[in-house]
Amino acid sequence: MSSGAEITSQEYIKHHLTNLSVGEGFMAVHIDTLGWSVFLGLVFIMLFRSVAKNATTGVPGKLQCAVEMIVGFVDDNVKSTFHGHNPVIAPLALTIFVWVFLMNAMDWVPVDLIPTIAQQIAGLFGVAPHDVYIKSVPTTDPNMTFALALGVFALIIYYSIKVKGIGGFIKELTTQPFGHWSLYPINFILEMVTLLARPLSLALRLFGNLYAGELIFLLIATIGLFQLPVHFLWAAFHILIIPLQAFIFMMLTILYLSLAHEDH
Amino acid sequence: MNLNMTLAGELIAFIVFVMFCMKFVWPPIIGAIEARQKTIADGLAASDRAAKDLELAQEKATAQLKEAKSQAAEILEAAKKRETQIVEEAAAKAQAEKEKILAAGHAEIETERNQAKEELRQQVAVLAVAGAEKILERSIDAAAHSDILDKLVAEL
Repeated sequence: MSSGAEITSQEYIKHHLTNLSVGEGFMAVHIDTLGWSVFLGLVFIMLFRSVAKNATTGVPGKLQCAVEMIVGFVDDNVKSTFHGHNPVIAPLALTIFVWVFLMNAMDWVPVDLIPTIAQQIAGLFGVAPHDVYIKSVPTTDPNMTFALALGVFALIIYYSIKVKGIGGFIKELTTQPFGHWSLYPINFILEMVTLLARPLSLALRLFGNLYAGELIFLLIATIGLFQLPVHFLWAAFHILIIPLQAFIFMMLTILYLSLAHEDH
Repeated sequence: MNLNMTLAGELIAFIVFVMFCMKFVWPPIIGAIEARQKTIADGLAASDRAAKDLELAQEKATAQLKEAKSQAAEILEAAKKRETQIVEEAAAKAQAEKEKILAAGHAEIETERNQAKEELRQQVAVLAVAGAEKILERSIDAAAHSDILDKLVAEL
């Protein structure tokens, strides 16, 4: 707990789950989510770019080996799921996997570390600790996960129309699962639910898992000295959760785009 | 749920990262991986070929060695045969030479003996004449009686 006994557990948790925000209502921008996600994205891009620039076809260095392992892993998954030719899918999958993994990995940073540092820095400018908000795990912000999911959803729609044509896409949405014309409206409702459930489930699954994980970390942080072993156990459990959620997001993206390419 | 303009910002960031990754990150890395895979596959194929070649060469070498051994044995056999032949020939030659030398020796001895006999006879003739001269106490013309003397010599 950051600032002693004068705040309750509830206030403490609420404080940690509030974003650093600029603007009001819909026009608000979460500086912390945006900042951390862009920072982590740049870490990913710059690390991989430096390897790509110096990539040798001969004996690779250790960093190149590590990066190639990730790239090879993503490439294998793309090739086993997606059978067409599309130069966007694999880089998209790689970006999603590594970026989401890095953002999820912020969950491992002790919950009070970054807010405390931020409060110390803000204190130099005369800002009260209570007014400093930092939520350092971008994927616990639905704005982040929905942005990813909407990006994928846009690609699903784009490729569906590109591969099948508008007519083909509409036909796919209306003529199945029931073949009779009188049931087409019902088909359309069912198919729309299926279609819209995809980005929604993508976004909410990632958000839900990470938000819940972060919430438990915060709850553990309120139980006093005994938190240390419990905290360790929960962090160890996240060795499973964090890569798994990144992997699921990547795999479902590949799968949905592969379905979008299928012409019936 | 607190959706706001952050979403738009994240969406832009997402698109930029994916496009950057597509243009500058993915192609060089996957290219390097695939090029290396090809190099390794080629190397493995070459090593397979080399192993096969080696096996063939070893087989060939074994066959050649065998042939060389059999040839050597043949040559040795022939040499032994020739050796005995030469020894036999030399022995035969030596035997012949020995016999020839012996024969020559015998012939020489014979001739010398005959010569000695002849000389002895002549001297005996002379002695006989001298003896007869003494016995007769008169000069006998050796030339006139040479036919008688010759007869005497031939009788000895």
